[in-house]
Amino acid sequence: MWEYTDAVKDHFLNPRNVGELEGANAIGEAGSLSCGDALKLFLKVNENERIIDATFMTFGCASAVASSSALTEIIKGMTLDEASKITNGDISDFLGGLPKAKMHCSVMGQNALKKAIADFRGVQIMEKPGQIVCECFDVTDLEIIDAVKKNGLETTEDVTDYLKAGGGCGNCLERIEEVLEAVKAKG
Amino acid sequence: MKIVYTDNNATTKVADEVIEEMLPYFGELYGNPSSMHTFGDQVQKKIKQARQRVADFINADPEEIIFTSCGTESDNSAIFSAIRAFPEKKHIITSNVEHPAINNLYKELQKTEGYKVTFVPVDKKGLLDLDLLYNSISEDTAIISLMWANNETGVLFPIEKIAKQANEKHILFHTDAVQAAGKVPIDVKKIGVDMLSLSGHKIHAPKGVGVLYVKKGLKFSPFLVGGHQEDGRRGGTENSVSIIGLGKACELAKENIPIINSKVRELRDYLQAQLLDKIISSSVNGDLEQRLPNTLSIGFDAVEGESILLMLDREGICASSGSACTSGSLEPSHVLMAMEVPFKSAHGSIRFSLSHYNTKEEMDHIVTAMVPVIQKLRAMSPFWKDGKVI
Repeated sequence: MWEYTDAVKDHFLNPRNVGELEGANAIGEAGSLSCGDALKLFLKVNENERIIDATFMTFGCASAVASSSALTEIIKGMTLDEASKITNGDISDFLGGLPKAKMHCSVMGQNALKKAIADFRGVQIMEKPGQIVCECFDVTDLEIIDAVKKNGLETTEDVTDYLKAGGGCGNCLERIEEVLEAVKAKG
Repeated sequence: MKIVYTDNNATTKVADEVIEEMLPYFGELYGNPSSMHTFGDQVQKKIKQARQRVADFINADPEEIIFTSCGTESDNSAIFSAIRAFPEKKHIITSNVEHPAINNLYKELQKTEGYKVTFVPVDKKGLLDLDLLYNSISEDTAIISLMWANNETGVLFPIEKIAKQANEKHILFHTDAVQAAGKVPIDVKKIGVDMLSLSGHKIHAPKGVGVLYVKKGLKFSPFLVGGHQEDGRRGGTENSVSIIGLGKACELAKENIPIINSKVRELRDYLQAQLLDKIISSSVNGDLEQRLPNTLSIGFDAVEGESILLMLDREGICASSGSACTSGSLEPSHVLMAMEVPFKSAHGSIRFSLSHYNTKEEMDHIVTAMVPVIQKLRAMSPFWKDGKVI
């Protein structure tokens, strides 16, 4: 069994802010049925760009549900500028930490939030810069480099835990290794 | 909280009779069975009895039984022995739904030893493509190895039929009977199998003991090279306590097969019917007929397995899932993927595996618990709306 913190268990068993939000004016989706987890985030943003309400619908494991629940609690009351600075680390910290292999659940929260903010502002999220490394989970080399640097990832398994990259068919594991080595070489 | 244990394909309760049989050998009767004194020899005699009991269980001769430490060791021993017996043959035939105990060995052999492995596919019901299997046999084939019953779905492969083909073509045939044992009768003489693996803890013996049956006359290379134990075929001082327990467990398992195929089958069928009836958008994985009597793999659309299990856990219900999130990998079970079970139900598939210790009240408890769990999870699923998958 996973070692979940009491906060994760609590947010899984008693999730806050579940369901569609009537009058939502920003929606962000991340993940998919095939990935095994997906999150749909609903925001109600006022004229001052402040998030006055947030709800979610999540398909996924306990940590996916808990991460979604935590995310809505964190961002309620924030301005969009403040919310846009929220990272997966903040979600994980809010829950007292997540098992390493479950970090991608918090990344999913961060991605859905980014998309919801872009949705409100009417901004098209640009095609992701960089080259796709993991086809299964749509992860680019730049995202891997970013995650490796920010989180001090050491191995391909770490990269998979954080980004899911390499966790599907596994064809890209060698390429991930190359990207990882390149980052390490540069220090 | 009362525990409802329906995870018997993972491991089983050690039978009280087995514990009783083992207890003296944990305590005062600690002698080494190889010793030249009566104190050790009484353990040797008890191991001899256990070997006979295991042999009787699968209709083998006692000298065809090698005690190992687990099913994985039995499987590994069988494959390594086969490839050492025929070093010039570089081809192995198996299925694409095997247990990791052997599946990862094939991957290793492919990668490091240049073996070609044919992973014969299964259809949507989990049944084997026999034509493809037979057609893939070549002069280069060292061994065919197939599981008898699938651990996740309970689907049975026609082992006797395949063994016959293998024998006709003079190809070694091994079966991993870890899940089949105690649920379907095993008669190695009738099937004509060359090697067969068993695991103690799946049939109410303790963990840490397994069996490899090796047909008389077959050339065998030991996997664990050491002392003279097991007639020089498996080194290491015998795990005498567990072996003695396994002997008793085999005796009980033989007696219990009719109960598993009547009472336990009825319980499984009842649970299956109730869940399908009370929870919409649910479906059984695997062939309904060619299936172990104790196993139910059932998928619930638009929800995820780990979440279901953790909520069931709060009701004292033990089951398992083929979902990615419980195993540490991200893909759903390779077995369900091989059967092309759609993602919407593969991620939400739960395996209930029963034993003769289960009761109808327990099945009712599971059904009562499952209904609100699925309801709650679907209420928060973005893929579920107005009573159906979106």
